[in-house]
Formats: sequence, structure tokens, C-alpha cells
Amino acid sequence: MLSFDADQPYRLHDRVALRPEPFGALAYHYDNRRLNFLRAPELVALVESLGSHDSVRHAYDASGIDARRWPSFEKALASLAASDFLVAT
Amino acid sequence: MTALDIPIVAKPDDLVLSAVKQSGLGDQMKRGLDAPICLTWELTYACNLQCVHCLSSSGRRDPHELSTAEAEAVIDELERMQVFYINIGGGEPTIRPDFWHLVEYAVDHGVGVKFSTNGSQIDAAVAQKLAGMDYVDVQISIDGADAATNDHVRGRGSFDTAVAAMGHLRDAGFGEFKISVVMTRHNISQVDEFKAMADHYGAQLRLTRFRPSGRGADSWAELHPTDSQQKDLYHWLLAHPDVLTGDSFFHLSALGAPLPGLNLCGAGRVVCLIDPLGDVYACPFVLHDEFRAGTVRDPGGFQAVWQTSELFAELREPQSAGACASCGHYDACQGGCMAAKFFTGIPLDGPDPECVLGHGETLVEAADAATRPDVGTDHSRTKVTLGSKPR
Amino acid sequence: MEPTDVIDATESESEPVADADDLVEEELLVEEISIDGMCGVY
Repeated sequence: MLSFDADQPYRLHDRVALRPEPFGALAYHYDNRRLNFLRAPELVALVESLGSHDSVRHAYDASGIDARRWPSFEKALASLAASDFLVAT
Repeated sequence: MTALDIPIVAKPDDLVLSAVKQSGLGDQMKRGLDAPICLTWELTYACNLQCVHCLSSSGRRDPHELSTAEAEAVIDELERMQVFYINIGGGEPTIRPDFWHLVEYAVDHGVGVKFSTNGSQIDAAVAQKLAGMDYVDVQISIDGADAATNDHVRGRGSFDTAVAAMGHLRDAGFGEFKISVVMTRHNISQVDEFKAMADHYGAQLRLTRFRPSGRGADSWAELHPTDSQQKDLYHWLLAHPDVLTGDSFFHLSALGAPLPGLNLCGAGRVVCLIDPLGDVYACPFVLHDEFRAGTVRDPGGFQAVWQTSELFAELREPQSAGACASCGHYDACQGGCMAAKFFTGIPLDGPDPECVLGHGETLVEAADAATRPDVGTDHSRTKVTLGSKPR
Repeated sequence: MEPTDVIDATESESEPVADADDLVEEELLVEEISIDGMCGVY
């Protein structure tokens, strides 16, 4: 299994439905039937922006999210990649 | 508002799993969502079987069931609300003449479908068709690991029918379908056999809780598992985390480590039910006026009911522990199942009838015909009674 | 406010300091739940 590399570009898998909710979003993968809760609206915005940046790190820098929160965000993105919700482009 | 220890489904490569002491996710779930996560939709009250414990008292089609056009309009709404998928059931949904049309309509509109069936319509050709369909999952109902045990509650021949359907799905290469079993006093000892059956057919096993709903009210006292059986089941479930439960045994979490799942009542919060007439209920186990939130036939349709119904607003308020407040286990069991309490005629703000600490026992015994509610509309074709024990 | 979790002591960037603003706290931003793990579905 490939490990998550924040210096690579990623995007949301096209079989994942992302549905905004008050706390962030629900994400459902129609292929593997997995369900993830994205628990911060800024994470949702970040995920949606991934496809338009050269790397995850660039997307994060552009997001305006406090740099000190990066480790938590990286873990979250890695977790999504591990369940195939994010794919390397 | 209490903070909960939310069990996280542990995956070996889940990098986010850490020593989480408390999570507000359960609280967020309880406060409601913009759309349900799962939605059960009973397409018809018609059924070719007459299972003793049927939660919807099905049998005869109701003359006022939603038309095809009305059903399509509901699907259109679900698409707009971005409901990921629907659990279709009944009665027996496959005997509705427009069943396949509605399944395809849903899938074409981005709504996945999982349907629950007794298997009577799944022959080799239908299995092939299903194997070729994407976004469609199948769940076969069976309540015994052998014909005697199963047919005792589901009727003669029903075991053979279910098993034949499983064989067709396996032979057609459908992949992982589900086998769903309602746990009763007579089949709980067969859990290993159910697992073997699922493995044999390449299916996932799902065990669910027997509730005293619909026709189940009449046989619940006789059929529901004993305390000792509940404990055994709890330990078996912990040892078999790949067996699904639909989170229906969260009342057992008071026995120790929580079972996987949200471990809370989803009714009106993350799930609800649409019945064949378009009435919206909090969950499939409370098809009764008391838990009817509205109808999709009113202006505003399903979305208006989900988002604005008074009943759902009440259910989304923080619930009081009531009589369970002094029990140290309330955080784990949440006072159990609303439907089970309602239909056994015991207070909703108190222990579950099958409370693992036995706090529900005297309440159940004290409840008599006067305190137990009517079962709601009965669509049975004939009077159905439980015969003598299997074998 | 958002519930936050135990401070991850293995994080090299974090140092115990008195000012709460400088603490790097680990947040659980993604949680997976089984879609079959909700009660009220049959």
C-alpha cells in the first residue's frame, strides 16, 4: 500500500460523495461502502481544493489554516487516502 | 449534555486512531443532520410470507400505497438531499410490480439501494441481473440455521427459498451479499452455524435484535432471548467484529467494552423510515401514530418532514436519563431501545425491557394489556400464531 | 468548543508551555463509522 505523500497532488476519488453538514461533512464511498465524518469545515474546504494544487502541502498553504494544525490535518488526509477516499493524481 | 466515549471502529492502517478520550460525534449525531445517513423505505405491505414476528405486520397490500410516480418523486428528493443510499424493504419489496423500475430509477439518480428480501423472487436469472448492477446490495432474511428453526417463525418452505436465493447469488458471482438474522431464543445458539452459512455463500452475516414491534408483540415474551443468552451473544459479537449488527445491540454495551457502531438510537436523528403509504416514522420498529413524524404527501415532501417535524425535533433534543440517571451504565447503553420500551408498555425514560442489569424486568411484568399500546395498522392476511417449539 | 484530544507527546514540534495558544493539540478530524453501524435500519 502506498503511503501518503503530502508533496504529491491528490484529489477526491470520483466515487466519493461529499455532503456538507453543520459539523463539516459526511463522505461516502460508493465502491467500498465506507463512511467517513469530516469534522471540520476547513478540512472539507481543503479536501475540495486539493485537485487544484500541485501538492497537498501547497493546498494547505493556500488554505489559510494555522500552520500549527498541519500534523492533525496531515493525519486526517492520510486516513482518507488509506480508505481510498483520496487518490494520488 | 453528556460527553460520550464513542467507540471508534479500529482499522489497522487508520492513522487517525489515537487515544481519544472523548468525542462529540455522538452528540452531533443526536442533534440531527441535514439529511438522514440511512433511510429505510418499505415499498409495500404485501408479502408472500407471514412471519410470526413481522415488525410491519405485513401480508396484504394497502390500497393507498404510493404510486410509481409518487415513489419517483421521493427518490428525486432524496437525490437533492444527497442521501447516499436507501434500505428498501416491506413486506416483500420484490413483489411490487414496479420494484425493478424503482431500483434502477434510484441508482440512475445517484441513490444507492440495499434491499431486504425473503429471496422468493431471486432465481438464477434475477441473480445474474443483480450481479451486473452497480450500487445495489442484497440482504436475505433467514431466522434459523436449519429449516425447523427457521420455518417455525417464517413459515414452511421459507428456509429452502432463502437458501436457494443465496445459492443463485453465489453462483452468479454477485459478491458479498448480506444474510440477516433476527436473534431469538431458539436460534441464538446457532450463531456459529450462521457464520458458517455466510462464509459458505461468500456473504456477510448480520445479526439483529428482535423487537416487540408489529406482530412481534404477540410472541416477544416467548421468543426474546434470555438474559444468559444475551450475555453469550455479547461476547460472541465481541469475538466476531466482522459480523454486522446494525448497531441493534447497543443496550448490551453496558456489559463491558462497547460493541462497534455508534451505540445510540438513530431514530429521527440519523435514520428514519418511509412506509408504503408515504408516512414517515422515526424508525422501522415504531410503526405507530406516536412515532409518526408526517407524510411525504404533504407540501414540502420528505425533506420538510425530516427537517421540521415536531417529533424529530423532540427526538433531537438531549434526552433525559430519567429513571436510569442513578445507574452508572447509562452512558454505555443510553437506556436502550425506544421501540422495545414502547411496545412492552414500559416508560420511555427508563430501562430497556432487556436491560442487562435486570432493571427492566419488573417493569415488563407489571405492564399488562392496559399499558401496552396497540400495534398500529395490521396488514396481516391471516391471524399468525407461534406454534410449538422447533423440533 | 470543539473537543480536543490528549496532547500527542511524540510530536516533535510540541513543547509543554504555559500559554495554551502555543500548545499543539492533536485533533481527530476524520472518523470512520460503519454505515451498517446505525440503529434504526433493518
